Amino acid sequence: MNLMMLLEMAAQGFGERVAFVNGDESLTYKQLFDAAGQAGVRLRDGACQHVAMLDVSSLALPIGLFASAWAGKPFVPINYRLASHEVEGLVSRIEPAFIITDAERIASWTSRSEAELEAREAFVDFACDGTRPLENDWPMAPDDIAVLLFTSGTTGTPKAAVLRHRHLVSYMFSAVEFGSAAEDEVALVTVPPYHIAGVISVISSIYAGRRVVQLPNFNARDWIDIARRERVTNGFLVPTMLSQIVSELEGQDSANLPLLASISYGGGKMPQPVIERAMALLPNTKFTQAYGLTETSSTICVLLPWEHRAAGASNDPAERRRLTSVGRPLPGVELQIRDEEGRALPPGHRGEIYVRGDQVSGEYVGRGSVLDAQGWFPTRDAGELDEEGYLFLEGRADDVIVRGAENMSPGEIEDVLLRHPAVLDVCVVGVPDEHWGEAVAAVVVLRPGGEATTDELRDCVRSQLRSSRVPQFINFASELPYNETGKLLRRIIRANWAAN
Amino acid sequence: MSQYKPGARLRSAVCATEVVVIAAPDNSVAVNCGGAPLLLEGEQVGEGLQLAASAAEGTQLGKRYTNETGDLELLCVKPGEGTLAAEGVALVQKGAKPLPSSD
Repeated sequence: MNLMMLLEMAAQGFGERVAFVNGDESLTYKQLFDAAGQAGVRLRDGACQHVAMLDVSSLALPIGLFASAWAGKPFVPINYRLASHEVEGLVSRIEPAFIITDAERIASWTSRSEAELEAREAFVDFACDGTRPLENDWPMAPDDIAVLLFTSGTTGTPKAAVLRHRHLVSYMFSAVEFGSAAEDEVALVTVPPYHIAGVISVISSIYAGRRVVQLPNFNARDWIDIARRERVTNGFLVPTMLSQIVSELEGQDSANLPLLASISYGGGKMPQPVIERAMALLPNTKFTQAYGLTETSSTICVLLPWEHRAAGASNDPAERRRLTSVGRPLPGVELQIRDEEGRALPPGHRGEIYVRGDQVSGEYVGRGSVLDAQGWFPTRDAGELDEEGYLFLEGRADDVIVRGAENMSPGEIEDVLLRHPAVLDVCVVGVPDEHWGEAVAAVVVLRPGGEATTDELRDCVRSQLRSSRVPQFINFASELPYNETGKLLRRIIRANWAAN
Repeated sequence: MSQYKPGARLRSAVCATEVVVIAAPDNSVAVNCGGAPLLLEGEQVGEGLQLAASAAEGTQLGKRYTNETGDLELLCVKPGEGTLAAEGVALVQKGAKPLPSSD
């Protein structure tokens, strides 16, 4: 099994369709297939053992991913925003490497590593200039490594998650119907290549037969302009991006995105007010929320469009709350909530989320598999299921605040504070406390012009939650620390509390 | 009769069909397309073979075909005119579960 067989099918089934668009450049499925072969044979015959991509999205992304598959060498996207010593540290773990990057970085590259660097334009030109006939001679061992992805490291040194061809192919089989995209379907993809969703969107789009328009550097105005100009039908976003798009659209006369049939979002917590405003602004757009991890080949749970609308239209608070759920597991995925002793918990109880399925890898370079004997992967995410099987995330298992003997999730307190009209953003963490072990602390960002005293905010929490949830400490800040894919960096907030 | 490994690529001897083995039983199994045994890469087409009229319902690109017990699963990577069958019983298309794309 190899990702290449998926591209081969796409090239055969709809070879003349446009697969990828970036600015003025584009590739059809047939051209992508040929380019992958041309570059793949070169990579296979070269000295490298990994093919890295240290760059923004471009046509080099799909070519590099499938060329690596053709060559039988792991594809390794690396975060181009990292400091140069961090990049060097990661590159040293994958040598000998072939690195696709931008010309400027090559000019200033001072590393002593022996990696071979090539500018994205040169890589694409070589791949697309092919004249030699191709044989479908990629390796088919299901256990070959397709992608190595350094996890974002919100909790420490990045780990290299291993995704084998069988994991990614299994995910496509259970999540995507081959060739199911209509000919006029156009996806606008803004997620960077070093994020699992950036890699998976390449594969699922080619398998569905969708045209992908790449937007390498997100800003809300460009996104809206391109969506209108390129007749985009599907948007893929992280919550912070959707929040910015909503703010931008609210400043315009009308949303005016009549072709935008669907928006999928995931990768972080979606504040309920943002999704409610988005649904009101775009009443004909179908919203899908996805939850997944790098180690699970992306999506494991989805909240479907009808579930969004049903929850949004309901007056029952329990049903309305489903808007903040990440939905139910995909058909090929089993999910359990377990307590600290590893016992499965019934609905309504918070614990750690465990998943199992053919798309779940749970393996890291140098550490091996962390799956248990029955194949379950501990996600380190905390959550609970409701009676209907909807999953509610409660942050990372490590984020749980233990005050006295009581476990509480920062999310439930943050949800309450976010509904206060003066509050724009908030982060709740546990800080060391002599009496309770941990105390509840909140960092609050007020809206421009918004005013609220700490007493007011405490009253707001007290009116809706048990008194143990009321923040003992409240600080105000102008913004919260997020990484570039919209993940709130709680460890930085905790460290700041410890330092002060 | 052959024992297949996941990832193996097989082609029909009598039509354009090509499949990739997604799952296969541990024991040997006789898999046909269009009435003739599927060929492994490099295997030569026997002489005089023709598409059997009784096994000409065709294969569809991108569909997965499975037997009743579910231990054999083939992905069609090139469509053709023959019918896929194992141990004399036609394989069936695996039901799709269409969900909105999330990525």
